[in-house]
Order: sequence, then C-alpha cells, then structure tokens
Amino acid sequence: MLNFPIYLDNHATTPMDPRVLDAMLPYFKESFGNAASRNHSFGWVAEEAVEKARKQLADLIGATSKEIVFTSGATESNNLALKGVAEMYVQKGNHIITAATEHKAVLDTCKRLEKHGSRVTYLPVQTNGLVDLDMLRDAITDKTTLVSIMYGNNEIGVVQSIAEIGRICRERGVLFHTDAVQAVGKIPVDVNTDNIDLMSFTAHKMYGPKGVGALYVRRKNPRVQLTAQMDGGGHERGMRSGTLNVPGIAGFGKAAELCKELLPQEMLAHRALRDRLKNKLMAELDETYINGTMDSRLPHNLNISFAYVEGESLLMGINDIAVSSGSACTSATLEPSYVLKALGAGDDLAHSSIRFGIGRFTTQEEVDYTADKVVDVVTKLRELSPLYEMVKEGIDLSKVQWAAH
Amino acid sequence: MAYSDKVLDHYNHPRNVGSLDKKDPSVGTGLVGAPECGDVMKLQIKVNPETGIIEDARFKTFGCGSAIASSSLATEMLKGKTVDEALQIKNTEIVNELSLPPVKIHCSVLAEDAIKAAITDYKAKMEVPSVSPLQTA
Repeated sequence: MLNFPIYLDNHATTPMDPRVLDAMLPYFKESFGNAASRNHSFGWVAEEAVEKARKQLADLIGATSKEIVFTSGATESNNLALKGVAEMYVQKGNHIITAATEHKAVLDTCKRLEKHGSRVTYLPVQTNGLVDLDMLRDAITDKTTLVSIMYGNNEIGVVQSIAEIGRICRERGVLFHTDAVQAVGKIPVDVNTDNIDLMSFTAHKMYGPKGVGALYVRRKNPRVQLTAQMDGGGHERGMRSGTLNVPGIAGFGKAAELCKELLPQEMLAHRALRDRLKNKLMAELDETYINGTMDSRLPHNLNISFAYVEGESLLMGINDIAVSSGSACTSATLEPSYVLKALGAGDDLAHSSIRFGIGRFTTQEEVDYTADKVVDVVTKLRELSPLYEMVKEGIDLSKVQWAAH
Repeated sequence: MAYSDKVLDHYNHPRNVGSLDKKDPSVGTGLVGAPECGDVMKLQIKVNPETGIIEDARFKTFGCGSAIASSSLATEMLKGKTVDEALQIKNTEIVNELSLPPVKIHCSVLAEDAIKAAITDYKAKMEVPSVSPLQTA
C-alpha cells in the first residue's frame, strides 16, 4: 500500500523515528528540569539525560563525551567552528581554506569572516565533485589556521577524501573542520581515523528532532580551543552558553544510538534502493546524467539531470513525490544550484536536475512508483521540449545563438 | 509554490503542442529564451496570406509550469486573430488570465517575445517571395 505523498527528500530533513520521540517525551513533562541546576533532583535528572546523550553521540563518531558541544543545529555549529577558530587563532594567522560546493552555512560564514579581515581560499572542485588534494596542499600557507571541507555533499552526495584531507592538515599543523551533517549516521564516521579536529552534525538529518545539533571539538592531539560566539552562563565548557534543550538532546542521543545500531544494514539497504531507482531511470530514459561521482558517494543520494526538461516543470508533474531540484525556479535566489555549476556541467543541466534522498522508511514500492512516474513525466515533457526536438533533428544546441534574458 | 488552477490546467492539458513546417512561407517561427536561463519557447503561426488571419498556432516549451502555460495560452489567443491584432497582445493579458505571481511574470514576457518573433519571421518571409516573379509570370 502506497501512502502519498512519497517522501524522498531525506537530505532536507528526515522524519523522526518514533523511538526518538518516546525518548524525548519525559523531558517535556515530569522531567522538565534545567540541566544546569545543581542543587535539586530536577536538575540532576536533566543533566543525566544530557550526559547520556553526549555519550551516545560520542560513541557514534569515535569521540569522548567531553568533546561534544551541543548547539541549536549544524548552522550554529559551523558558525561556531569557523568564527571561534578564526578569533582564537588570530595571532597565528588569518587564512581559511574551504571549497566552492560547501553549504551556505560555511560559505556565508567565510564571507562574513572576510569582512573582518580573514583571507579565504575557495577551492574549486573537479567535475566529479571532489576537491583536488594537490590543490589543497598548495593552498596551505603559514598563515592558514583552518581547513573546512564537508564530509558528504547535501546536493550531489559526493563524499570527500576526509581522512586524507585530515592527514594533510595535521602534517601542516592546520586545524581541520568538516560539516558532516549528511554523513553522520549514514556512513561510518570516526573522528580519529578521519583525522578530524572539529565536526558539525545535527539531529534532524538522522531521524532526530529539529533545533538541536552538535560540534565535535578535539581535546587532545591537538587540543582545539574556540572563542565562544555567544555570551552567557558559560555552558558547554564555556564554548556555547544557553540553557540546554534537554528533550531535543535526549532525542539526538537516541537517534545516534539507533544510527549506530542500524548503520551497517541501512547503508546496504539504501544503496540497493538508490541503485534500483538509478538503474530504472537510466534504462528507460536517454540523455540522463548523474551529477557527481558514483565512486565516492553517500549511499542514499541520487542527483540526476534529465536533459532538455526543466526541473520545476518536472516537480510539478510528480507532485505526489517530495524531492528537490537544482533548477533556478525552485530556489529563493532564482539562480540555478551553485553546487552543480561548480561541477562545470553547464547551467542547462543544473536547471534539469533532481535530487532524490532515500531514507529509513523508504520502501521498494515507493522507489518503483517514483521511477515509473518520473519516466512518464520526463517523456511527456520532452514531447513538449523544443530543445529535445532540435537535438533529435541533429542540431548542436551549443552552436545556436540564444538570446539570454 | 502553489499554482493557479489555470496554470495547472494548461500544464496538464497543454493546447496546440507541436511543430509546423518552418520552411512553409506561410509559417512564422519564433524561438526565444536560452537553455542556461532555464526557459526556451518555440512558437509558430500559420497565416492565411489572403486574409492575414492566423489559422494555426503551435508551441513547444522548455521551462517551468508557468512558462508552459504562458505559451500554451498564447497559441489559443493567436488563433483567429490577424497578424496586426496579434501584435497588440500584451504580456499582462497572460499574467491576468493565468494569475501569475510576480516571480513568474518573466514567463509571460517570454511568451509575448515569442509571438513577436514568430510574426517578424513571417513578415520577413513575405517580403522575400520564395518563388521569383519571373517564374510565376
């Protein structure tokens, strides 16, 4: 039995696992205490919940409890990591290295830091979506304090060579931050084998609640220090003031525990469903292109361009399926996806792209329905497409004099 | 984004989809937009040279639902009009008819451009007779 609409937008957010909600409910009700209240049982119960969750998160990523700083989400974690390092290590240098395909929470934080005197290198990516490690090595100077490269990309799912990037940074004495929002809980992430110094992640991308995230901050080899970006009661070892979101944190912990337990089987299951979707689409439609490499990719991600069909019109035809597009018409800025543009594939393929994200609750039946529906709508829209007609007539679209508007 | 019922109707049941023979002297073809901008419209008219009345109109569009609806509606508006009447069609008529939101007004502008481009092409063909007068004499 199919239930509509079908949710295949698990990079945007994930539904909360019912077991996570159960873990949260007591802290909304009878156990409502402030985790910072030291002198009564309400506070102790809340603090116990927070410390349990801290351990659950640490266990998932190979860290220790004291290295977990709770935040409001990954945007805050990214802000805290970048601004906190830039401010703390300003005596050492003012240079930051990041990549063109990062999330806006990193890119716009870098833009802000540039206004305050930082120098930022935005590394381009190769056509497969991966950062060129030689280019990274060459970009590091004696003024570089931080490299920030995301683990798995939120649009194209490409997984960077994190352990290798971390190794390069460590050799050069530069701190390494990774935005691992899409990777934690989905693929094995270990801050030690991956040589990570700071890492942002968030509950709502791993079947937990919205409004709670974490920043991993390494405590030894090297000991990372941060300048707090919010003043207040000195919570979270002085790095992030503000009363802790106890129910959210309890849910985040439970979500991490479930991910750790389910990850091996979910990776296989998601990859199988993703590949089933990919193979059906590629078998039945010509002129269909995968964005980003398949060789190093999150198992639940598929980003595909259906040439000569505009993304928003495709979304309109599959309106009983929730996915997203890199088309300009679907973005707030009316610009096509900067991530796809960074691959150098051309704006036309960005306009034609759809991102599918498989999740814990996705069924094979849903994937099959989606594949059939997309094939039908793409076929219909290509009958309507002057570009598809021109290509079939043998016209080279790159040689046509278009009137850009 | 929520679409108006009329946009949905044109998207689900586009009118006058297809192509006319662009070599036919009575056919005018307009191709506007650019793939990298995310919309391209091809709009064609077939004119009765005796009466100047547009007897048929066809379109194909690469673009969002509102672009498809704008060009579909444009073909409906064109049929039965003279070429001179067709030149009077304004994008605002399309905006009103389809209840397009401000971010989609450029779709209606593109449809107006396509109409003008098709008429310009038709008129250019009329000025250069395809068969020389000597042969017809």
